[in-house]
Amino acid sequence: MNKQMTAADVVGQLRDGMTVGIGGWGPRRKPMALIREILRSDVKDLTVVAYGGADVGMLCAAGKVKKVVFAFVSLDFIPLEPYFRKARQNSDIEIMEIDEGMMLLGLRAAAWGIPFIPTQLGLGTDVIKVNKDLKVIDSPYDDKEWVAMPALRLDASLLHVDRADERGVCQVKGPDLYMDDWFARAADKTFVTCDELVDTDYFAEGDEARYVFWERAATTGVVHIPGGAHPSSCSPLYGFDVPHFKEYNASAKEGGFQAYFEKYIADTSEEQYQEKVGGLDAIKQLPQPVY
Amino acid sequence: MNYTLAELLICASSDAFRNDGEVLATGIGLIPRLAASLAMKTSNTDLMMTDSEAWLLSEPNPVSGRKPGQTQKAETWMGFSRIFDNVWSGKRHAMVGPTQIDQYGQANISCIGGTYDQPKVQMLGVRGFPGNSISHANSFFVPSHNSRVFVKGECDMVASIGYNPERLPKGYSLDDIDIRRVITDLCVMDFNGPNHQLQLVSLHPGITAEQVVESTGFDISVPDTVPTTVAPTQAQLDIIAELDPLNFRSKQLKDNPPGDRS
Repeated sequence: MNKQMTAADVVGQLRDGMTVGIGGWGPRRKPMALIREILRSDVKDLTVVAYGGADVGMLCAAGKVKKVVFAFVSLDFIPLEPYFRKARQNSDIEIMEIDEGMMLLGLRAAAWGIPFIPTQLGLGTDVIKVNKDLKVIDSPYDDKEWVAMPALRLDASLLHVDRADERGVCQVKGPDLYMDDWFARAADKTFVTCDELVDTDYFAEGDEARYVFWERAATTGVVHIPGGAHPSSCSPLYGFDVPHFKEYNASAKEGGFQAYFEKYIADTSEEQYQEKVGGLDAIKQLPQPVY
Repeated sequence: MNYTLAELLICASSDAFRNDGEVLATGIGLIPRLAASLAMKTSNTDLMMTDSEAWLLSEPNPVSGRKPGQTQKAETWMGFSRIFDNVWSGKRHAMVGPTQIDQYGQANISCIGGTYDQPKVQMLGVRGFPGNSISHANSFFVPSHNSRVFVKGECDMVASIGYNPERLPKGYSLDDIDIRRVITDLCVMDFNGPNHQLQLVSLHPGITAEQVVESTGFDISVPDTVPTTVAPTQAQLDIIAELDPLNFRSKQLKDNPPGDRS
């Protein structure tokens, strides 16, 4: 089965009010080309589930978001995401704020088709107070109480990977997969952008298949967009674009998101976007971060 | 001996990991990371540490002067999902830098001021604080000890569990909570005072108990005699210099004050 499609095809499958999971972590391996395509579309009222970075910030700034399910939203080297911050401080969005691990458990519960996973995470904190729907339950096996972390069922997941074939076999060679495998499994439909589109035989060489973390049945569509994670990183292919993130961050103080959007995204193809940020060759030269 | 306050804090923080045994030591921020690294090189060589990205190391990386792709002593993969497996096993001691800490040792990095629906300042979100605090040992590093950090009442958003009887989950006792040391630019404290009250453990050279009390938004326990925080040894300073060859530590505290302020 050939699952290749365009970014516009992916966004064409999104509906107002859907719950959308976004892979990656902070400024790392985010499906930013798909985010830009959403920003250019009419889609709105999304519930976004993410280990958030500029993906969440941009969607909030553009008014695409009804609710964010998050443990953090951060650009790492710029700790606070400027537009998520504005959205919160203006009370523009609903939120479900949970522990990082609770999000993982919620994705697992969705992936496994179970209503919740019991956990100690969140007990004794405001997480169980501010999330009115979050239930604390007794255990049938011990005398403690447990948080019943509900399944985070996703209508769609958006991911970016190093490479994929047209059938949706996806490879991530960066040091961390983050929770992308669980985002893929927790969603009804999973759409993946890839830096490189490869022949199926590629995976049969050496240990290449060891870097494939979910089976192709969990992938709905494949979009070939080299550099598609920019300005986030796709380690080991390229690092994140520090100057670009700084400009994005500064835009929140001067000019606002509309100016950033008009400069880089509005009426702009992905190829044109890449030319504006220095070209694909420059993206591929972005240095890896040193932690 | 000449040493900076940053170096004193690294050594005082390092001591928090001394008796941990074989656990993952996570220091968030440069001084806590150097502290955990120093402990792994000296007082507790059984500690485990990551490269702050996705690998567990048999020897800590330097915090400065490394180049992209420089080799490191990896011993296993330790991506984020596996970090959670470790966290929930309890075999971890994290040293974190909360924005707010209250009398119960509850901490906040989520948001402050306003209302929860419309905070005055949105920060990171609760991140891993809820899970960390109920799963394993935690210590706090506070580079600027004042009553905006050590807040009166409770934190604006309680992101981590502390010694608060009102919030204690069913089936738990306060002794199940494991908050270790609190290291600030003024002193070392812990929650081993009466009824888990925050208490003064040692004062940094040149600092008085009165200064600490005045800079804390709630009552703390002050023993009759409070020792002075132990100064770094030359051996410790040499290892710190090896771990931080570009002296990033000198930029962590405003004006890089000397360790002895008397």
